[in-house]
Amino acid sequence: MESTYVNKDEEIDRLINDLKSNGALDYGFHDNINPVYSTGKGLSRQVIEEISEIKKEPDWMRRIRLHAYEIFMSKPVPTWGPDLSGIDWENMTYYSSPDEVKATNWDEVPKEIKDTFEKLGVPEMERKYLAGSIAQYDSEGIYNSLKKEWEDKGVVFMDLDSALKRYPDLVKEYFAKAVPPSDNKFAALNVAVWSGGAFLYVPRGVHVDMPLQTYFRINGEATGQFEHTIVVADEGSSVHYLEGCTAPIYSKDSLHAAIVEYYVMKNAHGRYTSVQNWSNSVYNMPTKRAWVEENGNMEWVGGSLGSKVTMIYPSSYLRGRNATTSNLNIALAGPGTVKDTGAKAIHMAPNTSSKIIAKSVSLGDGKSIYRGLVRINKDAVNAKSHVQCDALLINDESVSYTMPHDEIYEPTANFTHEATVGKIGTEELTYLRSRGLSEDEASSLIVLGFLDDVMKEIPMEFAVEMNRLVKLEMSKMGAVG
Amino acid sequence: MILEIKNLSASVEDKPILKNVNLRIGGGEIHALMGPNGAGKSTLGNVLIGHPDYKITGGQIILDGKDITYATPEERARAGLFLAFQSPVAVEGVRISTFLRIAYSHLHPDEKIVIADFNKRIKEAMKTVGLDESFISRSVNDGFSGGERKRFEILQMLILKPKMIVLDEIDSGLDVDALRMVAEQLKKYFSKDVGYLIITHYQRILKDIEPHFVHVLVNGTIAMDGDRTLSDKIEENGYDWLKEVA
Ligand SMILES: Nc1ncnc2c1ncn2[C@@H]1O[C@H](COP(=O)(O)OP(=O)(O)OP(=O)(O)O)[C@@H](O)[C@H]1O
Ligand SMILES: [Mg+2]
Repeated sequence: MESTYVNKDEEIDRLINDLKSNGALDYGFHDNINPVYSTGKGLSRQVIEEISEIKKEPDWMRRIRLHAYEIFMSKPVPTWGPDLSGIDWENMTYYSSPDEVKATNWDEVPKEIKDTFEKLGVPEMERKYLAGSIAQYDSEGIYNSLKKEWEDKGVVFMDLDSALKRYPDLVKEYFAKAVPPSDNKFAALNVAVWSGGAFLYVPRGVHVDMPLQTYFRINGEATGQFEHTIVVADEGSSVHYLEGCTAPIYSKDSLHAAIVEYYVMKNAHGRYTSVQNWSNSVYNMPTKRAWVEENGNMEWVGGSLGSKVTMIYPSSYLRGRNATTSNLNIALAGPGTVKDTGAKAIHMAPNTSSKIIAKSVSLGDGKSIYRGLVRINKDAVNAKSHVQCDALLINDESVSYTMPHDEIYEPTANFTHEATVGKIGTEELTYLRSRGLSEDEASSLIVLGFLDDVMKEIPMEFAVEMNRLVKLEMSKMGAVG
Repeated sequence: MILEIKNLSASVEDKPILKNVNLRIGGGEIHALMGPNGAGKSTLGNVLIGHPDYKITGGQIILDGKDITYATPEERARAGLFLAFQSPVAVEGVRISTFLRIAYSHLHPDEKIVIADFNKRIKEAMKTVGLDESFISRSVNDGFSGGERKRFEILQMLILKPKMIVLDEIDSGLDVDALRMVAEQLKKYFSKDVGYLIITHYQRILKDIEPHFVHVLVNGTIAMDGDRTLSDKIEENGYDWLKEVA
């Protein structure tokens, strides 16, 4: 155990150096690709009909979209959290497709788009670590692969649009069930205009021992990305699904309002890891939720690194006896950005347990807010929950708040909550520097050290990304204080 | 390597602590610095490494002819200066192997590090100082006992190979075996290129590593310089007689 640990550190260093020498350190670039199809600016019933038309989808889907649109229009923009007044609803493009590409081989992907994903390291990651991979570019999944071994075992992994064509009944069974459009304004918007996202179905008893990944790239300016992802881990199965996201830097803001619905059946084990590194011109407002049945286990691991504003609270509904969940979250609030992140655990059955660990780092005037909910229903006998939030403030103007909400209705429940806020310490910095480390290096090591218990849980390639970003941010900051 | 401390004055939180301190430590020299609690010994160590909480209000620090009075801590470390801290701080989540590797790459920029070899070297040094090999994947001083921290300071010295070494109460809080080990390692590491400033309250370590010079700091000033016999006198009579001198 311990020695592999040292190797992980080393591997991370090595990969970062590789990235440096490839010059792939800046994700802010964009491609000059004109969308082949776009619904233009703004949203209306007609735009929704148009999207449905382009996709040639079943009528039930069209009706759900229109219904969701009504809900979207009727709900106000939430004001209980960060300032969202910067979202320019009228000038947003809600659907934008690069080309009618559905490649299963990277060589079939148009060169410029392929180059972009190469720069982001996606094909390499796929070769090295993944059982399957989807690449989404603006609104559409343009590439999809699944290793034959898993296909043979009945695993389904493709973009949701394709799944809707191939397995309409299966999709219908799960679509917008865990996250209905009535949940919140952004979920309603997603259901109305969704495009792309993944559909992953793991049959009973199948253990997929390599992760499957979708990589999301927004290329267009002021473009919305509204992918809808469904993961079903059927009884006794296990699966790890990953997401990575980046976007170019623009002066006009884009919107990312995804939905992830994760269904963990009896005795199944689901894991979801995402690292988002959106540029500072993206509002990131996804809704992510898991239904966990008897003896099921759901693990959420998330890194919110980029974006202008992020609001994300992955939820686990523990619906069956002995269902368990853990939620590990890292939020990095860089200068001028807001991370309003957290987790929800809803205990609906006896002996359920949840563990939430949230770590945030605020740099410059960055603001990080932990917002969470633990609800233990009456009759969720012997339910257990532990919440821990730790915040690290790098500069004097850095901000952090903790807003936990606990609703405990069951007297036998066991609930604990811990929270800490710290500043990067002069003693620690000086100690490291007195051994020759530069101030940047010392402070990034301290920040990464603070994040360590979550970093341990994330896959190598994402740890690299996280590592790289922390180092980049710390060196941009210059002197700490 | 020569460390020259000239008329050095320093304060903490606007409170003057060091007043006109003068010391000169050459390569191949062992100096002991003694003095009552609160005299300013650790302050001197912190000022020497450029700790930002300590303000130099006068004088100079010269290392091998180079003025490092206002150099950053890392510049001093890279020039060969090393402080074994009286109370080393824990740095949560920063693994020893990573930390030492980065430090070494700065201190010895011309050497290429092969990670596996370097880690092997660390593990061997751990054996030498009496730390279990498994410490290599632990975080810096995190959860270490007092004695383990001291051992780890010695380990860092052995790995990083500094030239001018200040040891702030390296002998406090050590069991007899550790004390013997530390003295032995310090003796082994010593050479004509290495200078030691050993800050201590006890005779014991000075019996093992005989100092060429003994200085006594009282109230932020060097009250007396002498040889080995000065420490014997202190052992017998305490510091009161020196306070009058200062
Ligand atoms: N960071 C600091 N903040 C405030 N006061 C300090 C600080 N560091 C040292 N001092 C004060 O400076 C004086 C000298 O302290 P220092 O630690 O240098 O003494 P010392 O000679 O090392 O004592 P000891 O033998 O007990 O280790 C003390 O009065 C101490 O309280
Ligand atoms: Mg002291």
